[in-house]
Amino acid sequence: MRRVLIWAPLALFALVFALVAGGLIRPGDRTVHSAMVGKPLPALVLPALLPGKPGVSTAELKGKPRLLNVFASWCLPCIAEAPQLMKLKEAGVEIDGIAIRDTSEAVQAFLARNGDPYTRIGDDKVSRAQLALGSSGVPETFVINAEGRIAYQHIGDIREEHVAELLAQLEKAK
Amino acid sequence: MIAEAGLAALWLAAAFALVQLMLAWGAARNGENPNVGMLMTALRRTALVQGLLALLSFALLIALFVRSDMSVVLVATNSHSLKPMIYKVAGAWGNHEGSMLLWVTVLAISGAGVAAFERRLASATLAATLGAQAAIGLGFYAFLAFASNPFVRLNPAAPDGQGLNPLLQDPGLAFHPPTLYLGYVGLSVAFSFAVGALVMRDVGPAFARAMRPWVLAAWIFLTVGITAGSYWAYYELGWGGWWFWDPVENASLMPWLAATALLHSVTVLATRDGLRAWTLMLALVAFAMSMIGTFLVRSGILVSVHAFAVDPTRGTFILALLGIYIGGALALFGARVGTVTQGSTFQLVSREGALVLNNLLLSVVLGVVFIGTLYPLAAQAAGVQLSIGAPFFNKALVPVALALVAATAAGPLLRWRRDNMNALAKRVLIPTAAAGLAFAILFALAGGAHFVPVLGIAFAVGLGVASVVPVVRRNLRRTPLYVWGMVIAHLGVAVSIAGMAADSAFKTERLAAIQVGQNVTVGPFRVTLAEVRPQIGPNWSALEARLQVRRGDGKMFELFPQQRFFSTPPTNTNEAAISTLLDGQLYTVLGQGDDQGRWQIRLWWKPFVTLIWLGGALIALGGLLALIGRVRRERRADAEAWA
Repeated sequence: MRRVLIWAPLALFALVFALVAGGLIRPGDRTVHSAMVGKPLPALVLPALLPGKPGVSTAELKGKPRLLNVFASWCLPCIAEAPQLMKLKEAGVEIDGIAIRDTSEAVQAFLARNGDPYTRIGDDKVSRAQLALGSSGVPETFVINAEGRIAYQHIGDIREEHVAELLAQLEKAK
Repeated sequence: MIAEAGLAALWLAAAFALVQLMLAWGAARNGENPNVGMLMTALRRTALVQGLLALLSFALLIALFVRSDMSVVLVATNSHSLKPMIYKVAGAWGNHEGSMLLWVTVLAISGAGVAAFERRLASATLAATLGAQAAIGLGFYAFLAFASNPFVRLNPAAPDGQGLNPLLQDPGLAFHPPTLYLGYVGLSVAFSFAVGALVMRDVGPAFARAMRPWVLAAWIFLTVGITAGSYWAYYELGWGGWWFWDPVENASLMPWLAATALLHSVTVLATRDGLRAWTLMLALVAFAMSMIGTFLVRSGILVSVHAFAVDPTRGTFILALLGIYIGGALALFGARVGTVTQGSTFQLVSREGALVLNNLLLSVVLGVVFIGTLYPLAAQAAGVQLSIGAPFFNKALVPVALALVAATAAGPLLRWRRDNMNALAKRVLIPTAAAGLAFAILFALAGGAHFVPVLGIAFAVGLGVASVVPVVRRNLRRTPLYVWGMVIAHLGVAVSIAGMAADSAFKTERLAAIQVGQNVTVGPFRVTLAEVRPQIGPNWSALEARLQVRRGDGKMFELFPQQRFFSTPPTNTNEAAISTLLDGQLYTVLGQGDDQGRWQIRLWWKPFVTLIWLGGALIALGGLLALIGRVRRERRADAEAWA
């Protein structure tokens, strides 16, 4: 018994050492994915932000797979991902946007400069919809399947190399 | 030139550490040789020179920061020519490389201190101790030289620096890291003493008495560092909280818990020659916790608000050092402690028994904090993402803390070796009655809603009364200083716990959006937003609210919370405005304004929250008195022995 106790601290330390070394060698993926993935879209009715463009009512987002893009005019990565969104739109993907903490004028200027891929744009002044979706920042893009469930979440800007993955996810979501 | 001289001093210090290790080896192996005295003199002087060289290197780094020498990478990335002087100096350790250099400097100076002042230990044991200290130093010199050189030049020099994180531009923070480091690294001395004692199989009261002042000194610095850090987070972060169970806070708490346990067990060893193996273990664990703390902060392996150097190479380097030193020491412990004979035994109901109970409870707290801190890492290895916060720690620790308070109250009232329950029951009668009375009154006032905090206050009252019992009916002038130290430190624990419990039970919080001229109430205060105006500081500009505060019909006073904008680097901070009153603090924060002219104002009324830090200061003061008392007594004993 005494022998076991004497060596227990070293054994415990070896365990902690292995654990920490493992953590160092394989740094964990610290992005936190939304708990809403796989679940139906939460019921949200977001008013229109721009004249002539409808707002977002999640009950309407059914029938075919589509993208729901969380963005803001004040967000630099959103400018970086704009060309990829335009490309997806040209590929025939329907994209709806939720503008976070933004104003009508700023979004208009943003779309004029970077292109407008959106069918609808919902106004989310206090990030209420963003919280409901389980999104922790801008930009984020959700793949919504034909039944209105969240099938996939892309965190951060969409780069060239992500376009194929998003198209594949859309295909899967049919 | 300064940078090159600093680097040269660092390398020279490392060379002296190597010499120190070799001399120590020789002296420890030839303890019986009559000529070992010369070797010991050389060893002591080498340790002194090593300490001075490390100090010189650190002083030169500070000089680079003071001169804003932008041809040095570290200065260019962490300082700015327009920064106030105090933050230029503090900038020297407000970054990874500089803080590691400070770490090594404290290590070397501690070793030099042992070499200069330690006269009690057998020369072979002292040699082994200084050898262990040099071995630790060598590893960290290598880390600095190969993975974290603070003196790297930038060619061409930068036109100006990038500035220091504005959160760190605070007088409190300028002295927080050095204080904590003195504590962390001061524990290396206890570690080296334990390694020396294990190597030479020399564990006993003399070893305990030699180690005790070092443990006390390191523990005082840790106490001050943690208390000051908690207050800094409280007023600087603007969240109104004083402890967040953040991994880095836990990293400073764990060595403190181990050192607190060590402090008490070393007393048993010094006074009664008991708990030999346990004391050695704690001495190893205390410094192991310091190094693990340094590693957690430096590697960025845990997600924390403090982590400021996320670098896998450095993490791997420190982890290797941890493996060598902690693993080596624990292996030495396993191999040697069987040959350390058992010390004196004692009855369960005795001062020793209470100290063992205290040690066990502190170990439980340490274990809970350790598991809570590292569990997210283990979960991550199993593929699960989670974080552990205050609810876990509070739930797990409150019962243990209450038991610890009871043990702290009872311990000093027990006699050494053996005592009887009936006598103890008589002595704790008054403290228990005081606690019961406090509980009854508070329960009647607050009701069942705050049962646990009310219980906490009652326990604190009991401990407060019990802690002064040892000096009641004693001749106060003949009471040794270290007894005063114990009394004041235990009283400090009571005061601090009362503050924590009062804050958790009685604080009120208010978040409001108001226009200029409107008012809100929080607790007994009515707060009016009189105006919001711009302010200019040395390297920031700010929006400042003028809040007029009135308590009941009392006199009106003003508070000025700010939102500050720093330009280098561009950052916003909240400067809370706090009014400290006799019965608590009013804490105000200015938030964002909206387009209708309303401003977010956050207000907290925190009754008796100041007791938390007052208690911390008392604990440190108690430690200081105990240290002075012990050192004086040892001096006197030495003088008598020679007379």
